[in-house]
Amino acid sequence: MASKARISKLQLAEQFRAFIDPRFVITDEETLKPYECDGMATYCEMPMLVVLPDTVAQVQQVMRICNQYGIPVVARGAGTGLSAGAMPHRDGIVLSLARFSRILDIDPLARTARLQPGVRNLAISEEAAKYGLYYGPDPSSQIACSIGGNVAENAGGVHCLKYGLTVHNIISVEMVTAEGELVTIGSDGLDSCGMDLLALLTGSEGLLGVVTEVKVKLLPVPEVARVVMAGFDSIQKAADAVGGIIANGIIPAGLEMMDSHAIVAADDFIGGGYPREAKALLLCEVDGTEEEVDEHIAQTEALFHELGATSVRTSRTEEERALLWKGRKSAFPAVGKISPDYYCMDGTIPRRHLAHVLTEIEKLSGQFGLRVANVFHAGDGNLHPLILFDANAPGELERTEAFGASILRLCVEAGGCITGEHGVGVEKIRQMVVQFTDEELRQFHDVKTAFDPVGILNPGKNVPALKFCQEYRALAPTQHTQTDAPHG
Amino acid sequence: MADIFPQLQEQVLQAREDGRKLNIIGGGTKAFMGRPVDPNTDILNLAEHTGVVEYHPVELVLTVRAGTPLREIEATLAEQGQALHFEPPRLGENATIGGTLACNLSGPARPWAGSIRDQVLGIRLLNGKGEHLRFGGQVMKNVAGYDVSRLQAGAMGTLGVITEISLKVMPQPAATLTLVQDMAPGEVIQYMNSRAAEPKPITGACWVDGKVYLRLSGARSAVEATAEKWSGKILEQGEQFWQQIRDLQHGFFTATNVPLWRFSISATAPQPKLEGEWLIDWAGAQRWYRGEGQMMEMEALAAAAGGQVSLFRGGDRSGEVMHRQPEALKTIQQRIKNAFDPDHLFNPGRLYSWL
Repeated sequence: MASKARISKLQLAEQFRAFIDPRFVITDEETLKPYECDGMATYCEMPMLVVLPDTVAQVQQVMRICNQYGIPVVARGAGTGLSAGAMPHRDGIVLSLARFSRILDIDPLARTARLQPGVRNLAISEEAAKYGLYYGPDPSSQIACSIGGNVAENAGGVHCLKYGLTVHNIISVEMVTAEGELVTIGSDGLDSCGMDLLALLTGSEGLLGVVTEVKVKLLPVPEVARVVMAGFDSIQKAADAVGGIIANGIIPAGLEMMDSHAIVAADDFIGGGYPREAKALLLCEVDGTEEEVDEHIAQTEALFHELGATSVRTSRTEEERALLWKGRKSAFPAVGKISPDYYCMDGTIPRRHLAHVLTEIEKLSGQFGLRVANVFHAGDGNLHPLILFDANAPGELERTEAFGASILRLCVEAGGCITGEHGVGVEKIRQMVVQFTDEELRQFHDVKTAFDPVGILNPGKNVPALKFCQEYRALAPTQHTQTDAPHG
Repeated sequence: MADIFPQLQEQVLQAREDGRKLNIIGGGTKAFMGRPVDPNTDILNLAEHTGVVEYHPVELVLTVRAGTPLREIEATLAEQGQALHFEPPRLGENATIGGTLACNLSGPARPWAGSIRDQVLGIRLLNGKGEHLRFGGQVMKNVAGYDVSRLQAGAMGTLGVITEISLKVMPQPAATLTLVQDMAPGEVIQYMNSRAAEPKPITGACWVDGKVYLRLSGARSAVEATAEKWSGKILEQGEQFWQQIRDLQHGFFTATNVPLWRFSISATAPQPKLEGEWLIDWAGAQRWYRGEGQMMEMEALAAAAGGQVSLFRGGDRSGEVMHRQPEALKTIQQRIKNAFDPDHLFNPGRLYSWL
């Protein structure tokens, strides 16, 4: 990425202030500071400046100027991302979409919502609830994260197995290209002619365009949802129970697993109610009509007993359901309470390798001398090991990162991937060489260039520059080649 | 069942060297779709590239070679009580999974179960440089790199040769029922969408010949309780009806001498003002029109209904048969084409004249 023409920070700010309210063109150190990182606070960088436009025409104009001068642009939503995807570029600007925060329209009959990108995920379901509808994907940051960021990361949540990821729940987006063109990708129909650019854009981490409007699908709120909580005396038994449910033809709305470290931390945090002695805990939520849920809950309870559950408890009321979920939902803060810092990994594996992968993680934990607690979206194989560490202890952050990298390698070797829902960003960019060959990475770069010929959109994220790949591969414990690519 | 990848790669490299173009075919059942095949192309045949590579029923994941016929896949899944929930249309005995993805074809359950594009987890792709690349994987969630797998849906082979596909599969529903009743075309859009907005196990909503058909699938108790609550009488041959809709074998589709247009539009859009025969599927989001017409006029009607149109079968296929792209998206797609297939080896002009 080479600058086409030089322009100073002040000149650039002046150009922006010609069409954006000057209060929303930030250049002073103190006001810039909160933008230095996103939810992945170990990676920080101060941007040259921050702009907060509030019309699409302004976004277009910002892009045209940046494209002209080759200025890097990092689009930012709520800044809750967990892979430093919104970490600023030292020589670039942060384009905040925070002022695009309106729900433009809800169509109850068509079951769609038209949103500005800064609308919070949870706000969509809150508004849609008036019509008996809700928005499916529910990442754990849903109180704060924005729909624009959800599109950038292809955000998931606990209900993915049944209701899909962001890519399955959006109908169209309006996007400003790197060159400042406004385009609509997708339509009000369920598919569009030509290549599926909507899928390509979803999860592209702000490297292909700046989303300025999103139309999402809404779903009818299920009549009823109930959750079964079961304790097991081994991870293997819990993993078998997950397989058993699916083999029985039940697709749970949510299916979560926690290991003993996570169970104890969560139980302490919420003040009791979880089976502390269990080695693994499953939360299996079933939703649908009254009849369907009754039928599936009875089957699930019987199956858990049959497969050796040491405890089984089913919610009978909405309050009880919330209570049973509370421990899982507070797993991250609970772990935060027993350790000064924690590092959340996001690998995905085929479920059949769960017991193996967790055993190996436990071994690595011993080798690296760092504790780890595991929470797991068991339904879709998305593992969230939480490595406990102390950033103030010399060398511990580096050791944590090395431990994390080993976990991701383990996931890929088991036939999985390095990130299920948090994205690559800066954080996992070195691990991309574990999952992809140089030819595949080059293909990604070529796709990027098709959208952004100058290379101004979020440069340095998501796909590693090929010149670094050799170094990353050399550092990796074993060589990855096309022929030994994982099959699982 | 065979893996003929080495021959496929050899043929691509050879074509590149000789400056030849390639027409990718599988079972040959979708030859009528898209623009006519360039007569100067050689055939790249995937019909022999077949077989299940991996299938783990408990993981709900199937990996197959792209030339595998749908009937084989469905038989394999049925043995385990599973199915492809997107209900791929079987446009012929030999219809393959690769062609289904390239054309992004899905059946009546699509609004509820998703499309083939939604269920694709990963692919292997032979690009125009002869490189065999792997994108996505065999897990439900994977956000590493760009979603090149789903990009193929609807690209009609213009970006490369899909050689292997991993798909999410689902359990077969325990019970299925179809409700049918007479309904005027003016009422049906409102009716279908109101039903779809209820939290009930609906998996099909179709209108044809003055009758609306709703399908319920899922737990037996839920299906039966809903059928009792909703109006309409139970159709004994429900399964047959949906099979005919899915495979385009219903009488509406079998009159092959008239052009068939596919409108993919807002489910709630009023019926486009066009005299002639209509079939409404996907609770209004997919509407088939049988009759003569000009592409430009059809595009205007589709756009007014919030969507797009394609000339699915028959008619004048010398011009564009897919809804026109705005200039900026055309440019991006041309650049993507160049990124995957710099020498324009694959399916030239099949999707659009300019690709």
